[in-house]
Amino acid sequence: MLQLARSRYKSFTRRAAIVGGVQAVLMTVLAGRLYYLQVIRADDYRTMADDNRISMRLLPPKRGRILDRQATELANNQQNFRIMFVPEHAKDGIAETLDALSSLVEIDEYDRRRIEREIRRNRKFMPVTVLENLSWEEFSRVNVHLPDLPGIQPDVGESRSYPLGTAFAHLVGYVGVVAEKELTGEPLLELPGFRIGKSGVEKARESVLRGTAGNSQIEVNALGRVIKQLNRVDGDPGEDVVLTIDAELQMMVMDRLGNESASVVVMDVHTGDVISMVSTPGFDPNSFNLGINHADWKELLDDPRKPLINKPLRGQYPPGSTFKMIVALAALESGAVTEDFQTFCSGKLKYGNHTFHCWKKHGHGLQDMVSAIEHSCDVYFYEIARKTGINRIAAMAERFGLGDITGIGVGGERSGLVPTKEWKLATIGEPWQGGETLNVGIGQGHVLTTPLQLAMMTAQLANGGKRVRPRLMYSLDAEKETDGKTADKEPAVPEQNQSLGLSEHALSIVLEGMRRVTNSPTGTAFRARIKDPAMAMSGKSGTAQVRRISKYERDTRVLKNKERAWRERDHALFVAFAPVETPRYAISVVVEHGGGGSSVAGPIARDILEATQKRDPARTPPMGVAAVRNQDKGKG
Amino acid sequence: MLIHDGPGLTDVQLTLGQKIWNINWMLVLLISATAAVGFAMLYSVAGGSMDPWVKRQMTRFGMGLILMFLVALVDVRFWMRYAYGIYAIALALLIAVEFIGSVGMGAQRWVDLGFFQLQPSEVMKIAMVLALSRYFHGLSLDEVERFRWLMPPLLMMLAPVALVLRQPDLGTALLIVMGSGAIFLMAGVRMWLFGVVFAAVGAAAPFAWSYLHTYQKARILTFLNPERDPLGAGYHILQSKIALGSGGLAGRGYMQGTQSYLNFLPEKQTDFIFTSLAEEFGLTGALVLLSLYVVIIIYGIAIALRSRNHFGRLVAMGITVTFFLYVFINIAMVTGLVPVVGVPLPLISYGGTAMMTILIGFGLLISVYVHRDVRIPRRPGDSV
Repeated sequence: MLQLARSRYKSFTRRAAIVGGVQAVLMTVLAGRLYYLQVIRADDYRTMADDNRISMRLLPPKRGRILDRQATELANNQQNFRIMFVPEHAKDGIAETLDALSSLVEIDEYDRRRIEREIRRNRKFMPVTVLENLSWEEFSRVNVHLPDLPGIQPDVGESRSYPLGTAFAHLVGYVGVVAEKELTGEPLLELPGFRIGKSGVEKARESVLRGTAGNSQIEVNALGRVIKQLNRVDGDPGEDVVLTIDAELQMMVMDRLGNESASVVVMDVHTGDVISMVSTPGFDPNSFNLGINHADWKELLDDPRKPLINKPLRGQYPPGSTFKMIVALAALESGAVTEDFQTFCSGKLKYGNHTFHCWKKHGHGLQDMVSAIEHSCDVYFYEIARKTGINRIAAMAERFGLGDITGIGVGGERSGLVPTKEWKLATIGEPWQGGETLNVGIGQGHVLTTPLQLAMMTAQLANGGKRVRPRLMYSLDAEKETDGKTADKEPAVPEQNQSLGLSEHALSIVLEGMRRVTNSPTGTAFRARIKDPAMAMSGKSGTAQVRRISKYERDTRVLKNKERAWRERDHALFVAFAPVETPRYAISVVVEHGGGGSSVAGPIARDILEATQKRDPARTPPMGVAAVRNQDKGKG
Repeated sequence: MLIHDGPGLTDVQLTLGQKIWNINWMLVLLISATAAVGFAMLYSVAGGSMDPWVKRQMTRFGMGLILMFLVALVDVRFWMRYAYGIYAIALALLIAVEFIGSVGMGAQRWVDLGFFQLQPSEVMKIAMVLALSRYFHGLSLDEVERFRWLMPPLLMMLAPVALVLRQPDLGTALLIVMGSGAIFLMAGVRMWLFGVVFAAVGAAAPFAWSYLHTYQKARILTFLNPERDPLGAGYHILQSKIALGSGGLAGRGYMQGTQSYLNFLPEKQTDFIFTSLAEEFGLTGALVLLSLYVVIIIYGIAIALRSRNHFGRLVAMGITVTFFLYVFINIAMVTGLVPVVGVPLPLISYGGTAMMTILIGFGLLISVYVHRDVRIPRRPGDSV
């Protein structure tokens, strides 16, 4: 047995030697192969490695459009012929290549500095935008000379365009290149020339509009020319955003406002849909996108009419007499006065050491609640404000949503200010003076409102005292969830339409006052009435003083608005709704330094409300929503 | 008859302390060093990050190492006693994968045990070595030379190969055939029979061709003529060679490889990791790694020669040859010497299953070494 075991072990040892030998040979073969590849042919492969490079390119997603309620494009994407430059591939040197390029198309000093800065800032294989928005001739000229321009890449991109331009500059906003502090580490944002929303809806809905990036793997040769696309992953395009705005009405409003520095907000009194929201003067958002020059930028900044400010949201004005409805309601609801309360207006009221003047120098005579609104009698409102007290007025204002942002969803909205005793003590550090309540009674003093808030306030008066908040964008996601069954109904906002808890009687007194303002021959804005009874409007004018009228001036003669410098003139305000009996649209008009509310702002409100009712956009289902939904179906 | 040379006895029982003392710690060190090279490379191809691969690979290696020691400390006679049982289980799992296996990467290779994704073909690589070693342990040299005694082991080998080919997994099938072939050779099967088998395979090749999948045909054609389709099927191998070659003698430097940077090899962390290593460390680095492997293989052969029982010798040799085949096929593949068959580089490529197989194999190898002086009778009841 041992013999056998030994012979088996011998055989095993012999075979192990054979197997070990074969392994040794094969390992030597591997070593030899490596030597062949890495030493003998190293130079060849090194060259091939440099010649054939695979690079990953991000594919920026198509940005979603912004549409109005009729599916009119407010922001879309246009072809953009660009010249890109990959520093890594510039065999002739970066400066030399750019020099060669500038003999074909003009590169000015400013661009040249920007390009050089971007090259320094980015990684060498990242393409840098040299020129954008070239004409077809320029673009093809560069293309023809491409073989002599290593590193230069022609590219057809997309750039944002705002077909309706100025009328939507504030509302829709604009896009711009990503600033350094906006970088989040997402590679898409580092893509040269990539643009993100900088203001308005473009900024507010950036995440929806942007979409997600795709990428493509391409093989490029030493000159940077693409040989083959190896793999491509498409990103998801951004989603369209549909606004409640009616673009045609918006354009009309823009036209009507002309050169004024003004705001107009038109709102559906039931849904809160913002039908139009205009701020003038405007600016061309396209110029921002294409790159605005320094002089133009400075001009926009220095303009006293502040074209860059979105006034309906960011302008804060004393509401003037448009605040009187709130004061009246506060007085009636709190029981400070009854509807029968009357006071005699002699043109002024003494309170403590001060004299408070009515706008009508010689007074209105005996006034009750309705006629005081109709005539906008200041003395009457001084009186009831005094009886009601500041905090009860403030509480009523807050019930209407004044003093707080409306939550419209576009950034930069201001809250306005509704003063109370506590507010004054906390912020100014002085106790409230009784006379200040009188000032608030006519919408002056500390009280401040935005035009959007005024429209919202008017809508809530018009709809019978129900809570309404402005809505600018249709929430498409909410509709998708309901599977398009509620397609033609406007989506409901939950907190919308809750009662504000006003007594019907008090409200009807105030509304009667507003009706008379524009429909009674003695109303302050009778001349601004809508004559067609089916479209008639109720309203209230307001004139907000921006300067103090001195005793001397009052004793001699108060200067008329036209006699004052523009900056010294009063703000003209007007709020209104129509039709009188079954209100649907509310409007606020604020003309900065415009003069009288009933003479300047009133006619603007009339013209716009008349046009709005003729178009009646709220009665037709939002086509924009339907269009986007159909498009989604097509995709699915 | 009862002549003992040395202390080896059939009933030798080692204490745990003796076993631990007996472990070949140098081999453990070599294995760990190789795995460390793997971690460094995975760190590099991830672009200088512990995620997504290094952390998980380290965990797996740690778990595998524990498993390796457990296997090593179990008596080699235990493994022999249950060799057929383990084989039977592995075969049953392979059959099960036909019915309940989940399809991953276009091939049916996995069976889900609820807590663990098991790849039965990997289990079979180990089970086959054990079962064949046990079989040949029981044969005398005379019997090995007789053809009828070769029928059972041939069937034992062909049954799982047929199942693995059905999955289809050509690489694993070839590994099993070649690993088994090595055991046949070590057992003393006459050399001319191997010649006959080679001739037969050569003659059958044209018929086998028609059974291959399109992608397998493409890979073989590409291997025969890599420039056939440089941006299609030949793309990987060409890019791999370019990267390797551009590494030169000294390499581009750690983390300077263009591969991981430009992402063009889809399997840079698994099958093609050697390319990255050779690109970054050049011929020097590649040869250092190759030397590590060679030393491990020499240790394996030495352990086989040192064992006093035939089962242990065959197991040690079987494991060593399987390990060698992994190394050789992988490197030959990425250097364009053999077609792309999808074999990982042992201890380095990212992947849990292969890591487990290799470490369990090393566990058996160390078990053979720990119990090197144990004598096992050829047949139960025989004296040694």
